Amino acid sequence: MRTRKALFLIPYLLWIFLFVILPILLILWYSFTDSNRSFTLNNYVVFFRNGTFLRMMINSFWYAMLITLLTLVISYPAAYFLTKMKNQQLWLLLIILPTWINLLLKAYAFIGILGNNGLVNQFLHLFGIGPVNILFTDFAFIFVATYIEIPFMILPIFNAIKEINPAVIQASEDLGASRWQTFRYVLWPLSRPGVESGVQAIFIPSLSLFMLTRLIGGNRVITLGTAIEEYFMTTMNWNMGATIGVILIVLMVIVMLITSRKARRKKVDL
Amino acid sequence: MKKIFIAIISILLVCLGLAGLANHLEKPTAEGKKQSLIIYNWGDYLDPKLIKKFEKQSGYHVVYETFDSNEAMYTKIKQGGTAYDLTIPSEYMVTKMRKAHLLDRLNKQKIPNMKYIGKSFLHKSFDAENDYSVPYFWGTLGIVYNDKFVKKGAIKNWNDLWSKKYHHQILLVDSARDAMGMSLVSLGYSMNTTSSMKLHLAQTKLDGLGPNIKAIISDEMRMYMIQNEAAIGVTWSGEAYEMMESNSHLHYVVPKEGSNLWFDNFVVPKTAKNKKAAFEFINFMLEPKNAAQNARYVGYATPNVAAQKLLPKYIREDRQFYPDQTTLRHLQVFKDLGPKKTQEYNDLFLEFKMYAR
Amino acid sequence: MRNRHLIARVYLSLTLVLLYVPIFYLIYFSFSSGKNMNKFEHFTFAHYQTLFQDNRLLAIFLETILLALLSSLIATIIGTFGAIAISGMKKESHKKTTLALNNVLMVSPDVIIGASFLIFFTALGIGLNFGSVLLSHIAFSIPIVVLMVLPRLNEMDMSLIDAARDLGANSWQVFSNVLIPAIMPGIFSGMFMALTYSLDDFAVTFFVTGNGFSTLSVEIYSRARQGIDLEINALSTVMFLFVLILVGIYYFITTKKSRRKNHRVIGGLVK
Repeated sequence: MRTRKALFLIPYLLWIFLFVILPILLILWYSFTDSNRSFTLNNYVVFFRNGTFLRMMINSFWYAMLITLLTLVISYPAAYFLTKMKNQQLWLLLIILPTWINLLLKAYAFIGILGNNGLVNQFLHLFGIGPVNILFTDFAFIFVATYIEIPFMILPIFNAIKEINPAVIQASEDLGASRWQTFRYVLWPLSRPGVESGVQAIFIPSLSLFMLTRLIGGNRVITLGTAIEEYFMTTMNWNMGATIGVILIVLMVIVMLITSRKARRKKVDL
Repeated sequence: MKKIFIAIISILLVCLGLAGLANHLEKPTAEGKKQSLIIYNWGDYLDPKLIKKFEKQSGYHVVYETFDSNEAMYTKIKQGGTAYDLTIPSEYMVTKMRKAHLLDRLNKQKIPNMKYIGKSFLHKSFDAENDYSVPYFWGTLGIVYNDKFVKKGAIKNWNDLWSKKYHHQILLVDSARDAMGMSLVSLGYSMNTTSSMKLHLAQTKLDGLGPNIKAIISDEMRMYMIQNEAAIGVTWSGEAYEMMESNSHLHYVVPKEGSNLWFDNFVVPKTAKNKKAAFEFINFMLEPKNAAQNARYVGYATPNVAAQKLLPKYIREDRQFYPDQTTLRHLQVFKDLGPKKTQEYNDLFLEFKMYAR
Repeated sequence: MRNRHLIARVYLSLTLVLLYVPIFYLIYFSFSSGKNMNKFEHFTFAHYQTLFQDNRLLAIFLETILLALLSSLIATIIGTFGAIAISGMKKESHKKTTLALNNVLMVSPDVIIGASFLIFFTALGIGLNFGSVLLSHIAFSIPIVVLMVLPRLNEMDMSLIDAARDLGANSWQVFSNVLIPAIMPGIFSGMFMALTYSLDDFAVTFFVTGNGFSTLSVEIYSRARQGIDLEINALSTVMFLFVLILVGIYYFITTKKSRRKNHRVIGGLVK
C-alpha cells in the first residue's frame, strides 16, 4: 500500500515542484537580477520610486473593481429572478451557452458593434443622436469585460440563493419585513458565499484582460496585464515584467490572507 | 474500471485521429516527405499567390507565420525554441540581432538576383557588406488624413497634429521608436536622440497630444481609416497606400520637418533548419516579375530597380511613395541605440500610453 | 405576485438579449457580401466557402480540440491521483500546505501564469511549440481537477473501504471497485472543467506558443488585429452551431435523467 501511495503522489508532487514552485522561484530570481544576470534591487526601486507603476497598479485594481461591481449589480437580480422561474434548467443553459463561445470572438463582435457606424450608433441615430465615440473608451473596455463575466457571476449566486430555505424568506415576509429588509437581513447574508465566490472568479481574471485593453481599449487603458505582456513580449525586459508579477502575487497573497482570517473569525462568532 | 480504460483509450484514439486530420490539412501538397520552409513575417506583408507559386516551383511546403512588431519577433527568436528559416526585421533590428549573434551569414552565391537591388539600398550602415541582410521593402513614416474631416492640405507638419481641432481623432501607430521619433522630430531633434533630457521633453510633448489620440494600434488602423472611423492616422507609407486604394478620401503626407526612412530586410536566423530553401526563397522574391507583383500587393516601395520598371508609371512616379532626392535628404534612418536606450524609449512610450487621455 | 413574476421575466429576457446580441450580430454579418460589419449588403455563402478552404484555420480548429482533450485527460489522471494522495495524508499541516500550493495557480492571474511558464520553458531550454502549450494546459488544469475530486473523497464513507477489505479485497480491487466508482462524478466534472479551461484559455497560450503552433484564441486575436474579416464571422456561426448541438444533447440527456433524480446538473457546466 505504501509504495502504491507513493505512486499516486509522485506525478502530483512533480507537478507542484515543476509548475508551481519552480516558476515562482524563477520569477523571483528574474525580479532580483538585471539583464546581465547580476543581483540587483533596482527593479523594485524603479517600481516604487516611479509613480507610473504605482498609478498603473491602482488603475488596474480600480478597473477590476468597477468590472466586478458592475457585473454583480447586473447579475444579482438575474440570479435571484432565475430561482423563481419554472424552467430553471433551460434558462440556466441559455445563460451558460455564451460562455462556450470563444472569448476572443465575442471581443471581436464588439469591434463591429461599438464602431462609429456600428449597431449602437445606428440605434442612436434613430433618435437623432450623432455618432458617439464608444470604441476605444474606458466605458467600452469596462462594458465588454462586464459582458464577458456576467454568466460567471450569475451561476454561483444562483446556486447560493437556491440553497436558501424558502421558508426563511417566507417567515421574514410574514413577520412584516419590507422587501428591502428581507433582502438586507435575510437574502443578502445568506447568499454571501455565492457572491464571494463570484467576485473571486471575476476579480482575478479582470486583472489580466490585456487582449481587451488592446482590441477594445485601443491601448488607452493600460492595466497590469498589459504591462506584463509589454515587458515580456515587446520590450524584452523580463526582469521588470517579473518584478510587476512578483508584486502582483504578493498583493494577491495579502488579499487572500485577509479574507481567510475574516472567514475564521466568522466561524468563532457562531 | 474496464469502462474507464476504454474511455481513456477512445479519447486517445480521437486525439490521434484529430492529429492526423490536422496534419493532413496543413500539408495538402505533402506527397511523400517534402521539406518545409518556415517564414516569420509581418502580417499581410507578402502576396500569398507568390507563396503558392514558390511552392509549386520548388516543391517546398511553406509555413507562413506573422508578428506585429520587430520586438515581438526578436523575443521569439531570442527565446531559442523557434526554428524560423526566414524573417524580415527592420534595419535597426538587423543590427540588434547581429549583435546578439542571432543571424547567419548569407550565401550570396545562392542569391544571384541580388544584382537587381538598387545601389543606394546596399551597403547601408546597419549591414555594410550585406553579409546578413537583403533589402525587401523600404518606406517612410507619415500622416494619413481623411478629407471628409480635415481640409485638404491642412496637414503638412507633425506639429499640425497638436491642433485642438482634432480632439479624439488621431490613430497613432503602436511603436515606441516611431511615436517618440515623431515627437522628437517635431521638436527639431534627431530620431536617434540619446539625451535623456531631450527624450523627456519629447515625452512631455507627446503627452500634449493625448487628448487628440483616439487609439494606439497597429495593423487594424487600416480598417478603421478605410471605414472613416477616424480622421487622421500616423502610419507607414505602405499601410497608407493600401488604405488609399480602398478609400479615395484619404491622403498621405510625409511631414516637411523630416521623418523616418526605414528598410525591411530578409535575414536568416541562426536557428534556421532549412537554409537552402530560405536562400532559394529570397532569390525567388528578388526575381523582378515577382518583386513587382509583391510590391503592387503590399504597397511599399521596392528597392528592386528592375522591378520598379515593371510597375505602372503612376506608382513609380508617386512622390509620396517614391520620394525625390530632396525629401530623402530630410529622412532619418533608425539606429540601434543599445538595450539601455531602447528600454528608455519603451518606458517613456508606455508611460505616455498610461497617461494618454 | 403576478407582477413580480413579470418583472422577473422581463429582466431575465433583457439579460439574455444582452448576452446574445454580439453572437447573433456576428452570425448575421457572416452572410453579408460586404467587407465590414456596418451594412448588410447581399446574402452570400462566400465567407463559408473561404472558411472551408482555409486549411490552416481548420487545422488550428482541430488542434485546439486535440489539445483540450489530451491536456484534460492527462490533467484528470494526475489530479485524481493527487486528490487521493492528499486525502490520505495523516498530518493536517501537510494537507494544508499541499492544498495551498495546489491553489496557487487557481488564484494567479493568467498573465502571470503565462509569463512564469515562459521563463520556465526558456530556463529549461524547452522549445515553444505544441509540447510547451500542452504542458502548460495540463499544468493549469490539474488544480481544478483536484478541487473537484477532493470533496467527493472527503464525503466518502470510509467504512466502505474497510468493509471491502474485510471481505478480502486486495488494494487494487479496493481502488478500482470501490474508490474510483465512488468519486467518479467528481472526476467527471473535473475533466469537464479542465476541458473548458483549455478551450477558453488565451493568455497563457499566447505566452508559450511558437513555431507555427496556434490555438483558435490566439489565431483569432492575431486576425482581429488585422481588422474585421467576415471569415471569422463564419467561423463563429459554425462554432455556435457546434456548441448548440453539444449542449442540446447534454440538456436532453440530463433532463431525462433528472426526472428521477432531481439535482443541479448544469451548475457543473461552467467554471
